[in-house]
Amino acid sequence: MSVSFDVVVVGAGPAGSAAAMVAARAGRTVLLIERGAYPGAKNVSGAAFYAPQVLEALVPRFWDSAPLERVLTRRAICFTSPSSSLTVDFKNAGWAERPYNAFTLLRPRFDRWLAEQAVAAGATLLCETVVDELIRDGSGAVRGVRVRRPDGDIEAGVVVAADGVNSFLAKQAGLRGELDSHDVSLGVKEVIGLDRSTLEERFNLSGDEGMTYEFLGSVSGGVSGGAFLYTNRESLSLGVIVQVSSLAERRVRPQDLLEGFKAHPAVAPLVRGGRLIEYSAHMVPEAGVRMMPRLYGDGLLVAGDAAGLCFAVGLYLEGINYAIASGWAAGEAAAAALDRGRTDAQALAAYQSRLEQGFVLKDFRRYRSAPRFVMSERLQNVYPGLLTGLAEQVLRSGPEPKRKLISVARAELARAGLPMSQLVRDLVDGGRAFAW
Amino acid sequence: MVSTTLEEKLATVRFRPDEVPHITVDGEICKDCTLHSCVYACPANLFSLLSDGSIVFSHEQCFECGTCYVACNLEGAISWRYPGGGLGVSFRDS
Ligand SMILES: Cc1cc2nc3c(=O)[nH]c(=O)nc-3n(C[C@H](O)[C@H](O)[C@H](O)COP(=O)(O)OP(=O)(O)OC[C@H]3O[C@@H](n4cnc5c(N)ncnc54)[C@H](O)[C@@H]3O)c2cc1C
Ligand code: SF4
Ligand code: SF4
Repeated sequence: MSVSFDVVVVGAGPAGSAAAMVAARAGRTVLLIERGAYPGAKNVSGAAFYAPQVLEALVPRFWDSAPLERVLTRRAICFTSPSSSLTVDFKNAGWAERPYNAFTLLRPRFDRWLAEQAVAAGATLLCETVVDELIRDGSGAVRGVRVRRPDGDIEAGVVVAADGVNSFLAKQAGLRGELDSHDVSLGVKEVIGLDRSTLEERFNLSGDEGMTYEFLGSVSGGVSGGAFLYTNRESLSLGVIVQVSSLAERRVRPQDLLEGFKAHPAVAPLVRGGRLIEYSAHMVPEAGVRMMPRLYGDGLLVAGDAAGLCFAVGLYLEGINYAIASGWAAGEAAAAALDRGRTDAQALAAYQSRLEQGFVLKDFRRYRSAPRFVMSERLQNVYPGLLTGLAEQVLRSGPEPKRKLISVARAELARAGLPMSQLVRDLVDGGRAFAW
Repeated sequence: MVSTTLEEKLATVRFRPDEVPHITVDGEICKDCTLHSCVYACPANLFSLLSDGSIVFSHEQCFECGTCYVACNLEGAISWRYPGGGLGVSFRDS
């Protein structure tokens, strides 16, 4: 093999660019390979970027140069039935200042910028190049990658597979099996343009401040999943994210769910008068630790969505921050192993310890039962209806005598066909998943 | 317009299809399929079920999302790989 790098990173998403940046800063020669025409060309997120402190630690004051849309100071959670909705709308003006809580961004722009930071650190970026295979030696240890180009063998001390949810590399290395249609969701998204002043008036925003909506309940048309609507500078990002198995079982088309979502009475007034700018689709790994592959092998580390490190439970959909954090840890572990002159699995195990000590694997282990809990039929469809039903009974007016809360609640539970014992069991399960 | 057809949606996306289809569907295997999950799950509606029960597929407007092979009901029916470097879908504003 003629071309050789200390570290070859596959995929210039947030995980790959972070890994390349860190390994290059540690003095290693790094090749960052991306199959798209540019970093971000293939990538889709909401996108709300949470825990930006992770990036600030790598690129101080990144908000001065990164292409960001709005700084998020408000988060609304909206429970829906077909005709009604109940919204919890939280605002914290303090989130407009450092340390920021979250930003909205557009991936094709952000990913390009992040890859440029890796290049500035000394990494070489090679776009328009597909990695087809891992090259392995007789003992099975990964020694490089084969790209779909003439003379496409590239030698590497360590390969970082940051190749996203489909990760054919982790599968090829035997670190994980086939994706299960219960463990992944499909997100279909639209960016809808709205002029800036209309958008700010409609969402009650000032300056660069923005907000996000997460929707649960009937907006996903009976399919397990949810929907989102985020404010950008002069556009809205909105979409529906639904479990692949459930989509196939219910025999509904994702694009029809998206249309139904935009037509919901809670959503239609928010998107009115907008103009479609771009439609997109991408999968999300949603099963947490249940789908996590082995994170390292001889000469190989797996980071970001490729490792299933996307935190997708109910109100939370966070992957960019975990991708950056895991990419960082992978870049560090690769450089440290090379410094010691050993790149076998044992030498790379520091990667996992680092993730166990930080927030990444702590979060995934702590919330291990949450993904299954939020995908249950009752949580998906029964409880959002129960909440909106309760709200309606309490708030409606009429010439009948008003009922007290407990009797309203009993009647709504009966209407939803939910025995009290089931409610109690779900509260305990929910508590276990989220509260303790 | 806020409400759009799939054709209008796909018209907003830039595709540079690979000359060699990156996904192929084995019609022989599909003959035994009764669920046809690919037809419902593909966000670009690239799988069509004909009246004689066969499946036609076109790769030109593919998002490379992978949903079809994950949803597919029969082993080996879909051969899936990424299109050549720089080809396929390029998102610009998402
Ligand atoms: C609809 C939707 C909404 C989301 N919303 C949010 C959100 O609001 N906030 C949030 O934090 N997260 C969100 N996520 C999750 C987030 O997008 C992911 O967790 C994140 O993109 C993972 O980053 P990554 O670098 O691991 O993978 P990716 O971003 O997928 O990057 C992988 C890269 O590898 C490249 N690649 C793959 N295979 C090869 C190959 N063989 N050769 C060369 N290059 C290759 C790809 O082109 C790509 O650039 C959302 C996801 C979806 C689908
Ligand atoms: S990869 Fe996605 S867009 Fe392409 S054919 Fe399969 S489901 Fe459709
Ligand atoms: S789901 Fe798979 S086997 Fe069934 S028709 Fe579609 S491609 Fe063929």
